[in-house]
Amino acid sequence: MEKRTDLWGTLTDPLIRQNPVTLQILGICSALAVTTTLATAVTMSISLTVVLTLAAGFVSVIRRHIPDTIRLIVQIVIVASLVIVIDQILQAYFAEISRALSVYVGLITTNCLVLGRTEAFARHHRPLPAMVDAFGNGLGYSLILIVIGGLRELFGKGELFGIQVLPLADAGGWFTPLSLMLLAPSAFFLLGLLVWAIRSLLREQVEAREHTPPLRTEPAE
Amino acid sequence: MTDLWGLFVTAAFVDNMPLTLFLGLCTFLALSKRPEAALGLGVAMTGVLGVTVPLNHLIYQGLLAPGAWAWAGLPELDLSYLSLIAFIGVIAASVQFLEMVLDRFFPAIHAAFGVFLPLLTVQCAILAGSLFMVERSYTLAQSAVFGLGSGLGFAVAVAMLGAIRTRLAYADLPDGLRGLGIAFVLAGLMSLGFASFAQMAAAQ
Repeated sequence: MEKRTDLWGTLTDPLIRQNPVTLQILGICSALAVTTTLATAVTMSISLTVVLTLAAGFVSVIRRHIPDTIRLIVQIVIVASLVIVIDQILQAYFAEISRALSVYVGLITTNCLVLGRTEAFARHHRPLPAMVDAFGNGLGYSLILIVIGGLRELFGKGELFGIQVLPLADAGGWFTPLSLMLLAPSAFFLLGLLVWAIRSLLREQVEAREHTPPLRTEPAE
Repeated sequence: MTDLWGLFVTAAFVDNMPLTLFLGLCTFLALSKRPEAALGLGVAMTGVLGVTVPLNHLIYQGLLAPGAWAWAGLPELDLSYLSLIAFIGVIAASVQFLEMVLDRFFPAIHAAFGVFLPLLTVQCAILAGSLFMVERSYTLAQSAVFGLGSGLGFAVAVAMLGAIRTRLAYADLPDGLRGLGIAFVLAGLMSLGFASFAQMAAAQ
C-alpha cells in the first residue's frame, strides 16, 4: 500500500474502494457468521472497530520497540487483551447478544483484518494515521456486515432490529419468510453477489483472467 | 466408543468449520486456487487442530477453569477470562514447535506443507476449536477427537473447493464474478450440500 499523508483518503478508501472484506479477503469469517440479525451484526461491527482502532494505536505507539522477530506475538497479545475487555463488557451489559455471538467475539483476536492492518499499516506509521486507517477499515467492515445482516434479517424474518417491518403471511400479511436466508449458504451467496455488484461498478477491482478462452477471444478491456 | 465416532463425524461433516460455522474462511478462500496448496493447508490444519485442542484442554482444566487452583487453597479463583491469551500462546508455540520438528525430521513434508504452518497461528478455526472445547465442556478424549474431526472436515472442504476452482479457471465467467465472487458462490453451493449432513444427523 502506497504512503498517503491524506487522512481523509486514508479514512474513506477502505469503505468501498479498498474494502477489507470484498477486496482484501480479510475478516470474512465473522462477517458471515454473525449476520443472521442486524443487532448481532451491529454489535460485532462496533466491537471490531473499537478493537481494531485501539490495537492499531497501541502497536503504532510502540512500533520502534517491537523486535521484528516476535512482532506477531506482541501484536496478538495486544489484540487479545483488548478483546478480553470487550468480551467482559458485552457479557456484563449485553448478556443476550453476547450469547448469540458465542465464540465469535473471542475470535476477533484471530480476525485476519485486525492483524492484517496492524501488520501492514500500523507498524510503519505514526499513531494518528494508523488509527484513522484502522477506523476506516473498521467502517468498511461494518458497512458489509450491516448490509448483509439487514438483508438476511429482512428477508429471513421480515424484521429489522427485531421490529416487524414486512407483515408475515401467518399473521395476516403478505410476506412469507425465506428461512434459507437464516442458514449458512445464503450468507455466502449474498456476499458473492455483493462482490459481483461492487466489481461491476468499480471495474479496476476485476481479477485478471487466468486463461483466455480460445477462438472467441474478445480484445481484453 | 460410538459416542466418540459420532463426535468425529459431527465435527467433520455436520458442523463443518468453513462451510457451516464460517470459520477459517480467509485462508479457505485465499489458498484454494490450487488443489495442491489446498490439500497442504488441510493437512496442516488437521495436524495443528489435533494437537492444540487437547493441549488447551489440559491447560484450561489444570490452570484456568473456575476452581482449578483448589489444591493450592484458592478454590474461588477463576482465571477463565485469561483463556484467550493462554490459548493463543499455546497455539503459537505448538505451531512453531511443529514446524521445527517437521523441519528436523521430515524435511520433505516440511517443504510441502511448511509454508502454511505460520499462517495457522492466526487462523480463526484453530482458536475456535479450543473455544468450542471450553463452551461444550469436552473431556480430554472428546477434545482430541473433536480437533482431528474438525481438521479433517476443513481439509475435505478446502480440497474440494480447490478442485472446483481449478476446473473453473477455464470457464468464461462474468468479469465481476471472477475470482473471489465465484468462490463465494461455490462455497455457498457446497454449504448447501453440507447442510444435508445436518438433516441426516437430525433424522437419526
